Amino acid sequence: MSLSSSADAPALARRQRWLSVLAKAPAARLAALWDGLGSVPAYALLRRPETGLVMVKGRLSGSGAPFCAGEMTATRAAVRLESGEVGIGYVGGRSACHAEIAAAIDALGQRSDWRDRLEAQIVAPLEAEADARRRAIAARAAATKVDFFTVAREANS
Amino acid sequence: MYVAVKGGETAIAHSLDLLADKRRGDRAIAELSLEQIDQQLGLAVDRVMTEGSCYDRSLAALAIKQARGDLIEAIFLLRAYRTTLPRFGDSLPLDTSAMVAERRISSTFKDVPGGQVLGPTYDYTHRLLDFSLAAAGDRPAAPTAPADTNRSLPRVGDILEREGMLEPPPRDGASEDLTRRPLTLPASRPVRLQNLARGDEGFLLALGYSTQRGYGNNHPFVGEIRYGHVPVGFVPEELGFAIEIAEIDVTECDMVNQFAGSHDVPPQFTRGYGLAFGHSERKAMSMALVDRALRAEELSESATSPAQDEEFVLAHSDNVEASGFVQHLKLPHYVDFQSELVVVRALRAEVEARRRQAVLDQAAE
Repeated sequence: MSLSSSADAPALARRQRWLSVLAKAPAARLAALWDGLGSVPAYALLRRPETGLVMVKGRLSGSGAPFCAGEMTATRAAVRLESGEVGIGYVGGRSACHAEIAAAIDALGQRSDWRDRLEAQIVAPLEAEADARRRAIAARAAATKVDFFTVAREANS
Repeated sequence: MYVAVKGGETAIAHSLDLLADKRRGDRAIAELSLEQIDQQLGLAVDRVMTEGSCYDRSLAALAIKQARGDLIEAIFLLRAYRTTLPRFGDSLPLDTSAMVAERRISSTFKDVPGGQVLGPTYDYTHRLLDFSLAAAGDRPAAPTAPADTNRSLPRVGDILEREGMLEPPPRDGASEDLTRRPLTLPASRPVRLQNLARGDEGFLLALGYSTQRGYGNNHPFVGEIRYGHVPVGFVPEELGFAIEIAEIDVTECDMVNQFAGSHDVPPQFTRGYGLAFGHSERKAMSMALVDRALRAEELSESATSPAQDEEFVLAHSDNVEASGFVQHLKLPHYVDFQSELVVVRALRAEVEARRRQAVLDQAAE
């Protein structure tokens, strides 16, 4: 937990939120928003995008001891800007481009001259879209909500 | 013993070509895309991911296309592919109470907090063939209703557990990993659940059914089934803090079973648990029934039925192993069989010689 000293807490929370939003976004949508930024500072790949597996854990009865539920594919990448910031991307699935863009945004987000622009043009829109998707799922499910009535026989009938 | 044979290279190459040709079928018919399989045969994708034990929709769709719809073959393909990938690590345990649920039902409690949400289910269809699907056409979008997305969905089991009516699940225990260490018996409950999660749906369905019919009955009720999207948390080693790397679809079944009590614990209901990738209700329910059946010894029940026999269940649940061992019988066993032929010929000759000798002896008397 090297990065979790209390002075870094807000920066850490922001990175955590950004990396989660970027990973859960559809890869094609993220790429479109990234391209929409126009020219961005050059970066070098510290770790070329690599696909591997993450063992997904469940819990006994949902709340008990953990067990191995099955694996999922994931892709990771690491980049370094010429100004020195290192960005890390970890995304579910096998898209090299998705992981690399996430890492590049993570690196750029550590620069104050880019942070607000990335928040406004990429992270906030992706977050709003994810929220809209969640609402759409919940709204369709809500239409199938039922009340079951138990039909009890009266005592003397 | 299997002895290797050589030869047949050309025939095998041509067989592969013929297989590819059959896979494509009539060239006048449009070819299936992976997106079509993912979107329109989604439950097949879910099963292949669950039993292939690898969550990746497009890989599962590819496996189904390559296997021409043979799901057990597709599961084999996915299992083989996963062995080529490095392991980044373990996720944080899923929190299914944070699920964006598409479906959530309880068959034990009518008025569960959060309500009974049917979602997309075949339960209330009439199982009549719908001939309108034989033609392509626009389908109307599903109706919507106002929903509260900010609430988490409490698990029915947790509510009953707080009342002391339901046994709490064991909280600790190192979770071993069957893909790293082979199965040893007796197995811990986490290892049993991993085995069942990868296990063949048909096999577990039949075993679960057998418990209902009396072979190890434990009076199950569906405490809750939920299906929906949950985030997967992961701590990358380079970061040292948790991020969410994806949202995946899972089905969870918490089965409430016959109560037990002892000197120390007043009577309470017992539980079985099922968890599967995608929307795989039959699988999650069967898994929960078999999980509970395998707890017979722990709960001091007499274990007399197949579903309660840990070795029998865990050693035969994997359809990749089962299908490999059954289907290897098709490979040439010429040398094997030749040696058995020699033995049987010799035995027969011996029997014949003894018979002749007996006739001669009889004649001599």
